[in-house]
Amino acid sequence: MKFKTKALLTAGLMTAASLSATVAHAVNLTMYYPVAVGGPVTKIIDDMVQGFQKENPDIKVESVYSGNYTDTMTKAMTAMKGGQPPQLSVLFSTDLFTLMDEQAIVPIDQIEGVDKKWLDSFYPAFMENGRVEGKTWSIPFQRSTIVLYYNKDAFKEAGLDPEKPPTTWAEMAEMSKKLVKKDASGNVTRWGVEIPSTGYGYWMLQALAIENGQKLMNEAGTQVSFNAPKTVEALQYWVDLAAKDGVMPKGAVEWGTLRTDFLEGKTAMMWHTTGNLTAVKEGAKFNFGVAMLPAKERRGSPTGGGNFYVFKSASPEQQKAAAKFIQWMTAPERAAEWSIKTGYVAVTPAAYETEVMKNYVKDFPQAVVARDQLQHAVAELSVHENGRIYKIMNDAVQAAVTGTQTPQEALESAQKQSERILSRYK
Amino acid sequence: MVAAVMSAAEPRAAKRRNWMTSINAWLLLLPAIVLLGTFTHYPILSTLYHSFFSLGRGGTSNFVGFENYAYMLDDDVFWQVLRNNIVFALATVPTSIALALLMAVWVDKKIAGRSFLRLAFFTPTVLPMIAVANIWLFFYTPGYGLLDQFLKNFGFASNNWLGDPSTVMTCLAVMVVWKEAGFFMIFYLAALQTIPPELKEAAEVEGASRWYFFRRVTLPLLMPTTLFISINALINSFKLVDQLVIMTKGGPNNASSLLLYYIYEVAFTFQDTTYAATLTVTLIAILAGVALTKFVYLDRRIHYQ
Amino acid sequence: MRQKDHSVETIAAWVLALLWLLPLAYSLWSAFHPSEYATRFDLTAPLTLDNFVKAWHQAPFARYYLNTLMLVSLVLVCQLVIATLAAYAFARFKFFGRDVLFALVLVQLMIMPDVLIVENYRVISALNLLDTIPAIALPYIASAFGIFLLRQTFKGVPNELVEAARVEGASSFGVLWRVFVPLGKTTYIAFGLVSVSYHWNNFLWPLIVTNSVESRPLTVGLAVFGAPETGVDWSVITAATVMTMAPLLLAFLLFQRQFVQSFMRAGIR
Repeated sequence: MKFKTKALLTAGLMTAASLSATVAHAVNLTMYYPVAVGGPVTKIIDDMVQGFQKENPDIKVESVYSGNYTDTMTKAMTAMKGGQPPQLSVLFSTDLFTLMDEQAIVPIDQIEGVDKKWLDSFYPAFMENGRVEGKTWSIPFQRSTIVLYYNKDAFKEAGLDPEKPPTTWAEMAEMSKKLVKKDASGNVTRWGVEIPSTGYGYWMLQALAIENGQKLMNEAGTQVSFNAPKTVEALQYWVDLAAKDGVMPKGAVEWGTLRTDFLEGKTAMMWHTTGNLTAVKEGAKFNFGVAMLPAKERRGSPTGGGNFYVFKSASPEQQKAAAKFIQWMTAPERAAEWSIKTGYVAVTPAAYETEVMKNYVKDFPQAVVARDQLQHAVAELSVHENGRIYKIMNDAVQAAVTGTQTPQEALESAQKQSERILSRYK
Repeated sequence: MVAAVMSAAEPRAAKRRNWMTSINAWLLLLPAIVLLGTFTHYPILSTLYHSFFSLGRGGTSNFVGFENYAYMLDDDVFWQVLRNNIVFALATVPTSIALALLMAVWVDKKIAGRSFLRLAFFTPTVLPMIAVANIWLFFYTPGYGLLDQFLKNFGFASNNWLGDPSTVMTCLAVMVVWKEAGFFMIFYLAALQTIPPELKEAAEVEGASRWYFFRRVTLPLLMPTTLFISINALINSFKLVDQLVIMTKGGPNNASSLLLYYIYEVAFTFQDTTYAATLTVTLIAILAGVALTKFVYLDRRIHYQ
Repeated sequence: MRQKDHSVETIAAWVLALLWLLPLAYSLWSAFHPSEYATRFDLTAPLTLDNFVKAWHQAPFARYYLNTLMLVSLVLVCQLVIATLAAYAFARFKFFGRDVLFALVLVQLMIMPDVLIVENYRVISALNLLDTIPAIALPYIASAFGIFLLRQTFKGVPNELVEAARVEGASSFGVLWRVFVPLGKTTYIAFGLVSVSYHWNNFLWPLIVTNSVESRPLTVGLAVFGAPETGVDWSVITAATVMTMAPLLLAFLLFQRQFVQSFMRAGIR
C-alpha cells in the first residue's frame, strides 16, 4: 500500500516540479526575506534581484517575501527542519545564536572566494552581532537604529521650537504635554509621543534601558538583566508616559499602524525604525524632523534589523553564488540606493561617499540621523533561543503598558522565564 | 466479529463468499484506511510518543518521562491560553447558538424579505476567516477605525480595542459570533422544518401564546439540535485561530492567545516540537473528552428513539 | 397586538440582517473607492478599480488563484473517490472488523487534521512533499465527514434497485457506479460545496507547509500581503480581501438555495 500512495504522490510532485522547471546549468538560489516597514519594499527587492540576474545570468535567485521577521525566521527554520531550507535568508541580525545552535548556517568568511577586505568595509557597529568565535557569520543588509520622528508643524502650533527636538527623557515628557491636543469634550485628538509596544516592544525597551545605562544581555548570549533596577526604571518611564503624564495612548501601541498615526497627525512624535523614513517622507503632508533618541544617562539606541545568512545545507557552488549575490546587494551604489528608497542605514561608509547619496543627503539631512546615531549605538539584544526570549520580553512590555502588571512584576517574571530557558546554555 | 458468528451456522460456500466479501470491502476501504492512518491515527500516537522526549537540538533526544508535562504545568502561558480558550468558548458558543435560534425562527416563518434575511445571516459563513479578520481589524483600529468613528459621534474617547487586554477577547468573540451564528442557524432551520405544522395549528386553536408555544413545544423539540450544535461549536472553538495571526498575534501579553495558536508558536516559531507535542496531547485530550460526551449523548438519543 | 408583535420582529430581523451585512458592505465600499474615502462615507465619491489594479500588481494574486483552484479541485476529486469507495463498503458489505473500523474513521470528526499540525508536518516532510499543493491537500483527502454522509445516503438505497442491477449482470463496481452514485447526487453536491468552501478558506495548515509563491493558496497570500508592518494602504488591502472572497461569494449568491440546502443536508446526521 505504500507503493500506491507513493505513486500517487509522485504524480502530484511531478506536476509541481514541472511548473518550476528552470534553465539548465544555472545555480538556483532561494532567499527568504522579511518586510517590517512601509513602502513598496517587495518591489524594490525584486528589482534589485532582477538587476543582479541580468549581470549574472548563471545565477537565478528566487526571493520570497515571508512576512515579518518572526514569520520569516519561522519559515526558514520550519523549512530547514523539513529538509528544504533556503540557501540564504535575510533574518534578524540577532538570530545568530539560534541559527548557530540549530547548526543552520556557515560562516561567511569560510565560503570560497570571499574577500577579507570586503568583510571589513562595513560599519563596525553593524558587524558586532555578526561576529562570534572569531568568525563572521552574517552580512548586514537592512540595518537600522531607532530614531525620533517629530511633526514640526505641531511643534510650532504648540509654541515649541521646531528645530529643537527633545534631548532628554524629561524634556520629551514635558514637550509631549504641550503637544497633546484635546477636543471640546476632552477627548485627545493628538498625542504627544508614541512608542510602539507590539512586535518590537523588546527593541524599544532595550533603547530605554541603554539610555538609562543598562545593557540587557551579556556577550555570550546566556545572561539577561531584565529585572535590573535600571531596566525597571526604563520601563516605568515608558508606562508613565501614558499612565501619569497622559501623553501617550493607554494600552498596546501597534507597530504596524503607528506610522499611519504619525502621518495622520494623531501623534506629534513617534519612536520608530529609520527603515520607515522614506515611507514617512512620501506620506507626510507636514514638515517633519528626525532626531536621535533622547538621553537619560546617555544617548543610545540598539542597532536593529536584518542580516544576510548563508545556509549550511547549500552546496559549495550555491554558497559561492550566494556570497556573490550578497556582495552585489551590499555594494556601495546598491546600499545607497536601498537606503534612499527605504530609509535604512546604508551599511558601509563607502555608500555615503557615492554621488547619489551625497546629493540626497544635501536635500534631506534627516537621512543621516540614524547613521550618526551609530556612535551611541549598542548591539541589539542577542541571546540563545532569541525568538522565545523576544516573546517573553514583548509580553512583559505589553503587560506593563496595558497595566496588567507593574513594570517590576512584569520584568521579574520575564527574568524568571528567561533564566529557565537560558539555563541550558551555560 | 459479526461475520464470524454468522459463518458458524452457514455452509462452506457461503463462508467462502463471506471471505470474498471481506476482502472486497477491505480493498474498497484501503485508500481511506491508509490516509486516515497516516494523517490522523499515526499522528495522534506519535504526538503522545514525542511528548516524552527531550528536544535534542542538533543531535540526540532522550526519553525524559513526564518532564515536558511538568514544564507545562509550571508554564504560566499554558494556563493563560487554556483559560482564554475556555472563556472564548463560553463567550462564543451560547451567544452564537442563541442568535442562531432567533435567526432561524425569524426566517422560518413568513417574514417580509425572508430570503434576503437568510442570505444576510448566512453570508459570513462562506467567507474566509483571514479575509474577515482583515475587515474587522479595520473596524477596531483605534482613532480612525469604524467603531471609534461611530462612537465619537456620541462623545466617546478613542479606544485601543485590540491593544487592551480587557477588551481584546470580547472584540474577537463578537467577530466569531458574527461569523458562526449563520452556520448554526441552518441546523435550526432544518430542525424547525421537521416540526409538524399541525402542532402549531392545534396550539393556536387552544389560544396558546406564541411565546408559550415556543417555550413548551419548539424549544424541547429542538433540544437534540441544540446539543448537537453545542458540541460542534465547542470543538470548533478549539480550532479557530486564523484570526489571531492577522489581528493580534495572541497579544497583548497573550491576552487573546488560544491553545492551538500557542501550539503553533511553540512548534514553529520556537521550534520546540516536543513541548508542542505535549501541548497537543492536552488539546487532543480535551477534544476526546468532548467527543466522549457526544457519544454518550448520541447513544442515549438512539436508545430513546 | 399580534400584528404589532410581528412588525416589531420584522424590524428587529432587518436591523440584525443589515448589521450582519455591514462588514461586507464596508469592504466593498472601501475597495471600490479611492483611499481618501476609506473612512468617509460620501455618496458622491467616485468609483474606481485602482485598488484592485494595485493589489493585483503588488502580489502574485494570479498565481495564488491558480494554486487555490488546483488545491480545492485536487481535494474534492480525491475526497469524492475515496469517500465513495469507503462509504460503499461500510453501507453494503458485512465484513470482519467493520464496526471497529467505522469507529476509527469517526475519530477524525473529533480530532481533525487542523490540530495535528506538528506531527503532520513531520509526516509531510518525511514524504518529501513540503511546499507542494499535494502537501496541503493530503491530510484532508480521506474525509470522515464525507464517508459518514455518503454511508447514510447509500444505506437508504432500496435493495430492489441493487438486485435489479445484479440481475442485469452488473459487478460490484457496476452497481456502485450505476445505482449508488447517481442516487447520491444531492449528497455529492452538498458535500462538494461544504468541502470547496472549507478548503478555499483554510489557512493555518497551508501557512505551515508552503514556503513559496508557487504553492501558497489565496488565504496565505492575502495574509502575507496584508501584514500591517508593510503599511499597505487600507483600500488596497480590502481590494485584495474582496478578491480573495469574490469567487466563493459570487458562487454563493448565484446558487444561494443550493448552498443553504446543502449545508442543511450536510448538517443533519
